[in-house]
This record gives sequence, C-alpha cells and structure tokens, in this order.
Amino acid sequence: MLGYLSGFDNDIFDQFERMRRQMDRLFGDWSGATGIRAMAAGSFPAINVGASPEQVDVYVFAPGIAPDSLDISLQQNLLSISGERKVELPENVQLYRRERFNGSFHRTITLPEDVDPDRVNASCRDGVLHITVQRREEVRPRRIEVS
Amino acid sequence: MTGKPGMTKQESRGLKQRRDAEHSIRPAVDIFENQAGIVLRADMPGVAREHLNMRVDHDTLSIEGEISISMPEGMEPIHADVRATHYRRSFLLSRELDSGRIDASLKDGVLTVRIPKLAEHQPRKIEIRTA
Repeated sequence: MLGYLSGFDNDIFDQFERMRRQMDRLFGDWSGATGIRAMAAGSFPAINVGASPEQVDVYVFAPGIAPDSLDISLQQNLLSISGERKVELPENVQLYRRERFNGSFHRTITLPEDVDPDRVNASCRDGVLHITVQRREEVRPRRIEVS
Repeated sequence: MTGKPGMTKQESRGLKQRRDAEHSIRPAVDIFENQAGIVLRADMPGVAREHLNMRVDHDTLSIEGEISISMPEGMEPIHADVRATHYRRSFLLSRELDSGRIDASLKDGVLTVRIPKLAEHQPRKIEIRTA
C-alpha cells in the first residue's frame, strides 16, 4: 500500500486516472444521434467508437473471446464484426444465475466515410479488441501558409 | 480525498457515492455451485489485474474494477455503448462458505471467483459396510 506514495507508482496512477477521466468525459456525456445500424443497449459485444483527425478508433468489449475466432471485415466504411462465445458450464452443477452472453453475434458499424480500408490495425487486451483505421490524407484539415 | 474546496468531508463523500452509483456498470455474471463450493464468473472487459479490487466485508463480497484503455489525443466520440469506466457488484455470502479461502483469476476480461465451502459442509460419502 505504501508503494503508492513513491514517485514511480504515483506517476503510473496519475496516468491511469487521466486516462479514466478522459474516457468518462468522452463517452460518458455522449448524446449524439444513434447510427441506423446501431443495436439496442445491452447488445453483445458493446462497442465504442471515437474519431480524431488522423484515425478512427473502435473498441469492442468482447470478454472471454479468443481474438483469432473473431471475424472482422471492413467494406468501404462498414465495419463488421462476427464471432461466437460459448459459455461452457460443467455438468452436474446447480445453476443460480446465467446472465453472460452465450452464442453467436454479428454487429455492423458505420464509420466515417473517409477511412482507408487498407490501413487497419487490430490488437486485443483484457478482453477489449481495439481496431484502428487511418483516415485518408486529403480530408485532413491542412494548414495553409500565407507567403 | 478529493473534493471541491469549501466542501465538508461528508458532502464530498456523498457526492462521490452518488457519482459512483450513476456511473458504474453492473457486470453480467454466471453463478453455479458444485460439490466444492460456488463459482462466479463476471464479464469485466477492459480491466487489468492491477485495477481489479475484491474484498469481503462481514458477509458481503464486493467486486470492483476500473477500465483502462489507451486513447489518442483529440478524440471525439461517434458511438458509445459503454458510458462508464467503473464496474461494481456485490453479493451476500452464506455462512457455510469459507470467505477466507476465496480464489480469483482474471483472463481476457473475465473474472472467475471460487468460493469454497467450509470443510464440514462438504458432502461426504457415507460408506455402507456389509454385515
């Protein structure tokens, strides 16, 4: 516990706090229009999408799923994610609650139109799949020099 | 303790509790019982091991976790299913469970908790001797 008082740990903690607040601020107050392909709240997997001038970041909350069992495709600006989560329960047990999603899923999300399907990156950590798609150069705001 | 200046400790704490209640996610769980005890599995995607907090207070088991995700500078939200960064859920344990020997593991955003039964409550096979 005292470790938190040392400079190093504090730094990591601050960094984490900053990150957490950033996400709270960004996604917590979001009240934008709902996409036409968006699914009802509580759908599996939950998805957050954020955009910056350079790229679009998609976060897929897919706990307990092996990344290589996911099927991800990007056609123009339509990102499609499908897969299956099998929640296996041992035999001869008494079951009290079964709330976790079990079965196959398919979700489609509309990304901004200027994404470049050839420049996609995906990584997985702690059950969150993070897909990054770069945006095309020509639409980025460009600074115009006055000579 | 963080709080706005000029606030009493109580006010500040009350505010924090309200904020937490509004902004926490109740993780989906599966719970089953076998001969050894109770097994609980909870979906907590985005929680790293160091940001998971479990404790037993009297007979209440509390599970909490913070989502940590790296985000680029200048990002604007387009779509958000997940609106909070905090998971919280608690369960009332019963007397025959051994809260001192709870075992937990976290893998790919799924938390597995095993709560064993006290030894004297584990079923024992009764041998029948033939006369």
